[in-house]
Amino acid sequence: MKIERKNIEYIANLSRIELSDQEKEMFVHQLSDILSYIEKLNKLNTDNIKPMAYSLNTTNVFREDKLGQPISRDDAMFNAPSKMGVFFKVPKVIE
Amino acid sequence: MEYEVVIGLETHAELATVAKLFCGCSTKFGVEPNTQVCPVCLGMPGVLPVMNKKAFEYSLKAAVALNCEINKFTNFDRKSYYYPDLPKNYQISQNYYNLGIDGYMNMSVNGTIKKVRIHNVHLEEEAGKLIHPEETGADYSLVDFNRAGVPLLEIVSYPDMRNVDEVDSYMQTLRKILLYTEVSDCKMQEGSLRFEASISLRKKGSDKLGNRVEIKNLNSMKSVIKAIEYEAVRQSELLDKGEAIDRETRLWDEVNEKSQRMRSKEESQDYRYFPEPDLLPVLIDDKWLDAIKVSIPELPLERKQRFIEKFKLSDYDAGVLTEEKVLADFFDACVNLLDRPKAFCNWITNDLLREVKDRKLDINSLLIKPKQLASLVELIEKGTISSTIAKEVFSEMVQTGNDPQKIIEGKGLAQISDEGLIETVIDKVIAGNPNVIEDYKKGKKNALAFLVGQVMKETKGKANPKIVNDLLREKVGI
Repeated sequence: MKIERKNIEYIANLSRIELSDQEKEMFVHQLSDILSYIEKLNKLNTDNIKPMAYSLNTTNVFREDKLGQPISRDDAMFNAPSKMGVFFKVPKVIE
Repeated sequence: MEYEVVIGLETHAELATVAKLFCGCSTKFGVEPNTQVCPVCLGMPGVLPVMNKKAFEYSLKAAVALNCEINKFTNFDRKSYYYPDLPKNYQISQNYYNLGIDGYMNMSVNGTIKKVRIHNVHLEEEAGKLIHPEETGADYSLVDFNRAGVPLLEIVSYPDMRNVDEVDSYMQTLRKILLYTEVSDCKMQEGSLRFEASISLRKKGSDKLGNRVEIKNLNSMKSVIKAIEYEAVRQSELLDKGEAIDRETRLWDEVNEKSQRMRSKEESQDYRYFPEPDLLPVLIDDKWLDAIKVSIPELPLERKQRFIEKFKLSDYDAGVLTEEKVLADFFDACVNLLDRPKAFCNWITNDLLREVKDRKLDINSLLIKPKQLASLVELIEKGTISSTIAKEVFSEMVQTGNDPQKIIEGKGLAQISDEGLIETVIDKVIAGNPNVIEDYKKGKKNALAFLVGQVMKETKGKANPKIVNDLLREKVGI
């Protein structure tokens, strides 16, 4: 699959990151290389192989519906880049 | 041009667990912001979510109650989107193997049964709460993560509804099912039950679906109805002008009662779902599923039909009784004790509900017990109290939770059936109202009712009305 500049811009937008022109150029090449490498897998015959999303043979791991100990608000907000009173503060989200 | 409106609903219900979906933080509503949080629900690096079993079982219960096929293998997926109410920048949800698929719900619309198909039922985590400051020009929003990670059930219907009556019934019926199965408290004012509608229009008679518009920010069932009505008009006007309908998400503006185009996260979005590596898949065997099936009570619509057929109640009365599970349970318990369905129905739907409304009582913690109401009905039948006095006793029962016998004795409310005693009162009333006796003798029949009233007044309503009537007729002479 050929990666184009617009694909990079689209992904960057979804991830909310800004890229310079130079970086976009770099990622076009890097991502194309990665994808072509992965495409080698397409040459394998996987007709009788079940898709596998989990590498462990374990299932049904649960906890009971019991209360645990929350952390304090001070601890919760300690590393927040921005806060206001009892809240985390973020850039405005509704236009 | 005539159009057909095609409506589907997405429902989100917060599950009634004590703890969050992947951690032990409380799900309690209305506490101090950012105090029910921990590294897991704040999305700190390196933490491991572990599934709350009760939340999973509640979801299964709802899926079974909605007649879904249950995926024996189910798993969780990451839905990636960047939004500040989502601490991890992805939401743990289900996409590839939803726990319930291809279900349906029967509902009653203006007396006829209509089936709406359910596309899927799945479990996911709730996001935090964003607060938008009211000051104009503010360039920030505030976040409270208490809600982040609360278990959230999503129920997606097929676009099987055609008008707002059907939508209204869908919302009411679904709410009742979730309440009956006790998987959610369904408090819309606290956001634990929310609806999103998708609406498209097509020419009458056409099978082709038009472009659909999703509407969010619907805070009440009333808003859902208003938004659909607004959107149907908006789309039909555009189509009449020959314009195309854009596939988009719109926000309902409750104050101005219009929808506006939303320009944010959901638009032309790529969620890049992939299996959540931190959670293991869940296999559901028949034994587990059978136990879930057994735990589902008789659902509201079946119960209503049973009340109509078995007890010969009206559609309306059966509807009122099954509106709240506690009321229906109360009624069933009464009828089990004493076979007087009509009487119990009247007491519950009229008197009890009036008391609840007037005194602002919580229907889930009533003091009066079915056994006591059954005793009251027996006491009326035996003639111990009149039906008028019974109302007074009933009100006292609702307020205190005391037995009717105790109230009657304590207040001396037992009916007077002693003819001698009643006669004395009648003589007194006759002596005091010579004019009325004259009128009666001249043929004014309703004068008798006045005299009965006077006797009842003298005895504070306790005289047996039949005896009063008989004796009075005898005395005044027919």
